[in-house]
Amino acid sequence: MSDGPTAVSDDWTPSARELERAAYRRRRARRSLLVAAASTAGVTTLLAWALVSAPGWPRVRDSFLSWDAARRSLPDVAVGLWLNLRMFAVVAVAMLLLGLAVAVARQLPGPVFWPVRALATAYVDLFRGMPLLVLLYLVGFGVAGLRLQGVPASATVLGGVALTLSYSAYVAEVFRAGIESVHPAQRAAGRALGLTSGQTLRLVVLPQAVRRVVPPLLNDLASLIKDSGLVSVLGIPLDAVRYAQIWSAQLANFTPYVVAGALFMLVTIPLTRLTDALARRRGYLPQGAHL
Amino acid sequence: MTPGPPLLRVAGLRKAYRGGDAVLAGLDLDVAAHEVVVLVGASGSGKSTLLRCIDLLEPVDDGTIELDGREITDPRVDADAVRARLGMVFQSFNLFPHLTVLGNLTLAPRRVHGLPREQARERALAVLDRVGLAARAGAHPDELSGGQQQRVAIARALVNDPVLMLFDEVTSALDPELVGEVLDLVRDLRADGRTMIVATHEIGFARQVADRVCFLDGGRVLEQGPPAQVLGDPVHERTRRFLRRLPT
Repeated sequence: MSDGPTAVSDDWTPSARELERAAYRRRRARRSLLVAAASTAGVTTLLAWALVSAPGWPRVRDSFLSWDAARRSLPDVAVGLWLNLRMFAVVAVAMLLLGLAVAVARQLPGPVFWPVRALATAYVDLFRGMPLLVLLYLVGFGVAGLRLQGVPASATVLGGVALTLSYSAYVAEVFRAGIESVHPAQRAAGRALGLTSGQTLRLVVLPQAVRRVVPPLLNDLASLIKDSGLVSVLGIPLDAVRYAQIWSAQLANFTPYVVAGALFMLVTIPLTRLTDALARRRGYLPQGAHL
Repeated sequence: MTPGPPLLRVAGLRKAYRGGDAVLAGLDLDVAAHEVVVLVGASGSGKSTLLRCIDLLEPVDDGTIELDGREITDPRVDADAVRARLGMVFQSFNLFPHLTVLGNLTLAPRRVHGLPREQARERALAVLDRVGLAARAGAHPDELSGGQQQRVAIARALVNDPVLMLFDEVTSALDPELVGEVLDLVRDLRADGRTMIVATHEIGFARQVADRVCFLDGGRVLEQGPPAQVLGDPVHERTRRFLRRLPT
């Protein structure tokens, strides 16, 4: 209907000035690379020297970086990590579903849903406010101690439940922030079409909200992997940290913990990189970070 | 204009936003079927508020609104069913950014009016063709120009075949060169015999498209009549002053 702009005809060859600028930028880039390399080498050497020359270094090296202890504990710690990863997979799905349900429950309109809203708010207050460690003891030992019919007594399952309770409360708040970030005009447009408030939430608001909170959710997932190691306080689940504990006691050496830490980082670092990449693609982080 | 009850009857409508003065203070307005009523008036005169009240997007403080002789401001009325019969077009388009153009158009036909997917799709494509955007059915709203987005928004309202269409300053967010394509479309709808209430600042357009122009001031319709009279030779001094301040 309206005329667009005239198409650009392009027979461009770089001007002498542009060639000169490009050459200058290349020289600068080479120089930057050299400076960065020199600076990295310098800082690394300095840190290594500070560490090695510390008075307690020989003892710390023996008890935290023992090659022999690492070699002997690695197989068991790796087996333990497999349990952490399986717990993570189950808890991650459970916390996302529960968190979304709680966030939606807090949005339900009308007096009928008052108790649901109140319950959802209390849920978030309770489980977000309580230290995870305390929650693990309460669920892992307290609930197990009730010996209720049908409640699993497995410490692994109960530990997973405690993680789910705590993390779903956080995730509910992330979802809620996403829901509230969708402009009210979107709701108005949905309602104006005759959609009910529930349909508007499900078909208009939530799809936009969920897309927006993917980076913070990935952040919580990375955090969940690490905190799955806390179930070791229940004693029974033989996860990576618990195996590290056992080997550490057996060898009178802290190296197995370092091994466990390194294995966790092998999982969490790729996940956080993925988070950054996603966030950048969606424009949450500045593209021109060099400025 | 026509005998019998009007399609829409607004009587004594009052609306104040929380903590503010009344925007509408006992406004009366009748709209007959196939009539095009244009609302003009200064910013804050209540044009948008009136449209939002008619679409039941704002609760009213007093007065009544009747559609087809039935009061829709009655709290026992199913507001979703009323909104499903009306079509609203917003100043800032309010397209759903996560859906394609086609997805925007088929949402209400499928979810509100219960059309099967294929049928909703066919209807949506027919309406898109009508607004000249059939080729962009698969695009997302952010890939379209402002004028195209607003035409999609009009199509999204049109696809439900509303008994009354409400246009809330639909060209105010557009570049001047894109205003024309949207106004052309509204003119086409008038030729089809659509009943419309159009809030606008485009006085030239109001003159062409209106059966009746209503000048809103002080929370009421201060004066109304054929466009030539209200815009050309208004009775009230307040209307004259408003028109003098506008370009063209």
